Amino acid sequence: MELLTNIGLNHYLTISALLFGFGLFAVMTRKNAIVILMGVELILNAANINFLAFSKFNGGMEGVMFSLFVIVLAAAEAAVGLAIVINIYKIFRSVDVSTIDTMKE
Amino acid sequence: MNNATFVTIFYIFAAITVFSAAFVVFSKNVIYSAFALLFTFFGAAALYVFLSADFIAVTQIVVYVGGILVLLLFGVMFTNSIMQADLKTDVLHVVPGTLLLVATVGGLLFTFYTTGTWKPSEVQLQGSVVERIGIETMSRYVLPFEMASILLLAALIGAAFLARYDNVHNNEH
Repeated sequence: MELLTNIGLNHYLTISALLFGFGLFAVMTRKNAIVILMGVELILNAANINFLAFSKFNGGMEGVMFSLFVIVLAAAEAAVGLAIVINIYKIFRSVDVSTIDTMKE
Repeated sequence: MNNATFVTIFYIFAAITVFSAAFVVFSKNVIYSAFALLFTFFGAAALYVFLSADFIAVTQIVVYVGGILVLLLFGVMFTNSIMQADLKTDVLHVVPGTLLLVATVGGLLFTFYTTGTWKPSEVQLQGSVVERIGIETMSRYVLPFEMASILLLAALIGAAFLARYDNVHNNEH
């Protein structure tokens, strides 16, 4: 009971591990490219939670700064990823990643 | 801070985050996934407030909910015909994916809970860290800060170039 009521590092790590697992599952099993991008966002959020949890319990600022840069990278990744997905849709008329099997039109 | 209210609110936000993330992954409808992702981002932002990183929480809401989620919704709307109600998404490799999910989460949790105990530092982050973020950005992290701006410029140009209206290609069809 004390483990449940005393919020420590392990609670945050558990949430982060679950988010990471779900993101990995989405990337592995979904056919829709946009849901795969959502899975990548889940993985990045899991990494952010880890960074901030360790930063909080370590007392340093490194994790906080890193999580800021992770958010910047996630924004850039989403923009470029969506542009690629929309190009794929223009060419193949589908965002099903299992039907995309050619490198050229 | 470890009173009953704090613990209850923490578990509520943790449950929101985890269950909406599960809904993102296991829902068959892409639109439902996108809207469940909204709750995941808000729950994660609330957890960041618990970790005394309020600035990161606000940034999370502005960038993820205001930017990335809108982009993803645009992607869903562009690449699916709403009228034909064909927003379903199929799955493949379900069994290996489930095995990987169980193995990854199980392995991580087993490692967290069995290999010793984390010893928190004497000095933990307390209160707001906005001022310290400003000082660190302009001192130790000024080079990564500038590199992030160059990366964002490159991503801006690259995304605009990739998604531009292609005259040649559209004339062919």
